[in-house]
Amino acid sequence: MSARLARRDHLAAWLFLIPVIIVMLLVAVWPLARTFFFSFTDAYLDDPSIYSMVGIDNFLDVINDRSWWVAVRNTIVFTVISVAIETVLGLAIALLINEAIPGRGLVRAAILVPWAIPVVVSAKIWEWMLNDQFGVLNKILIGLGFIDHGIAWTASSSLIMGVIIFADVWMTTPFMVLLILAGLQLISPEIFEAAEVDGIPAWKRFWSITLPMLRPAIGVAVLFRVLDALRMFDLAYVMAASNENVMTVSIYARDRLISFQELGVGSAASTWVFLLVALAAIIIIGALRLDRASGELTK
Amino acid sequence: MTEVALYRAVRKPAAYYRVRRRIVRLFQSAALLLVLIYTLFPYYWAFVSSTKQGAALYRAALVPALDFTYYRQLIDNPVFMGSLLNSAYVAVATTFLSLFIGLSAAYALGRIDFPQRRTLLMIILMISIFPQVVVLSGMFELINWMGLFNRPSALVLTYLLSTVPFTTWVLTTFIREFPRELEEAAIIDGCSHFRILMKILLPLMGPSLASTGILAFILAWNEFLFALTFTLTDENRTVPVAIGLIAGNSRYEYPFGQIMAASVTVTLPLILVVLFFQRRIVAGLTAGAVKG
Repeated sequence: MSARLARRDHLAAWLFLIPVIIVMLLVAVWPLARTFFFSFTDAYLDDPSIYSMVGIDNFLDVINDRSWWVAVRNTIVFTVISVAIETVLGLAIALLINEAIPGRGLVRAAILVPWAIPVVVSAKIWEWMLNDQFGVLNKILIGLGFIDHGIAWTASSSLIMGVIIFADVWMTTPFMVLLILAGLQLISPEIFEAAEVDGIPAWKRFWSITLPMLRPAIGVAVLFRVLDALRMFDLAYVMAASNENVMTVSIYARDRLISFQELGVGSAASTWVFLLVALAAIIIIGALRLDRASGELTK
Repeated sequence: MTEVALYRAVRKPAAYYRVRRRIVRLFQSAALLLVLIYTLFPYYWAFVSSTKQGAALYRAALVPALDFTYYRQLIDNPVFMGSLLNSAYVAVATTFLSLFIGLSAAYALGRIDFPQRRTLLMIILMISIFPQVVVLSGMFELINWMGLFNRPSALVLTYLLSTVPFTTWVLTTFIREFPRELEEAAIIDGCSHFRILMKILLPLMGPSLASTGILAFILAWNEFLFALTFTLTDENRTVPVAIGLIAGNSRYEYPFGQIMAASVTVTLPLILVVLFFQRRIVAGLTAGAVKG
């Protein structure tokens, strides 16, 4: 291709990219830059035009706040436990569905349902099912004789984190299942047939063939889920309002920003959230690359 | 290894394998049933509860009472119907805008070779992993400045933050899957890129656009943080926020019957979409993730 044609192609590319660039500058780059800027000011939300620069005071204010660290701990506990459970459960369900079973399409559609339901709605449904007096779960447990009176799942400060994790696992396991299933279907069945003919036991086939070959798919799914779990807002907000036992970093940042109107401090808290998520992304992507470099993966 | 296998094959009679296969099948079916109950029961239970009145609501009967009073109340409730309309407007507008912007970008990123292509793809992927709360203060200012505060249109604008990177990324993957030979004759004939996109690729892209559009629609329909923050009054809310903010006067007055009816109503369109377009949804989800 001549240089002149190439230049014309590059120009065409940028023309096609104009809409996405304008929109991203408007709703991503500019707001992000303003948030960073405000985090160095003492502005309040009622009138952001009055402010003075305060250096890193807001950042120190946030990390000197005990409830910020409670929120950080909650977020990390929630992320680690729920993503771990989702990965194991997702893998198990994906393996089950991958077997040739009748009505597979329908089953796949059915497991998509929890994923499509709005988080707020799922939160309300679980709140109702876990109600201490009228909840169906308590009724089932009483009926089976496990407990003799209803447990106040959502009202108890020690159980609420478990409840949130439980609801999150219910909602997002389908996502894991689909991604792992897609990974499973990329593996050619001949490998398994050969191993089976060689008399390699099922668990060993799983451990030495399926799992290593699934690592790219599982890695990507875990990356998406971790980043999503770290910024979780709606589930804890709807189920537990401002209960400190499940307050996440996103809830903390929004509370300071909107409820307390502290534009400066709220922006600084948001910036910490950003750094937390970025750190997690770098660590996970780094781990995935490491696998790739060692030659185990051919993705 | 082969020796071991042969040895085993000789020792174990065929009946052993038949019985074993049957037992495995049985366990698989049981596990499958368990998975289906686990995933579907909560929604079924929400429906059952929404059709019960008064004291019946608090009894754990598994069959629905099929009393649709709560649904009639919802239809007669102008605020709820208004928020349903807002949700529909916001989700549809977001979907079409994102598809348009995403398709245009995806053509450039998937079909034209230019030096900054990879960098741009990386930036778009990075934007899609932003925690939404990070742009909250800047977005607040932007929306006030544009005079959109407390308007559903503000939500369309802000939702582009998460839907546009997503549609761009997924559509780029889809466009790359089409063989380049399709357009070669057109390129030799000196056809413009715009014509190639409109006349050759677009007619083939229906299924890909559907996959991507459905996912963008679900994203926009379910969003909560921006909808909660950028709308103030009841008549401008979307349904997730309307449901999220329903509260009784005390714990005991919590109107669970109504909430469940509203929940079922909000989710029904999504469930129908999921059942009809299950294949397309899976295609879209995995195109963005596994192949990317």
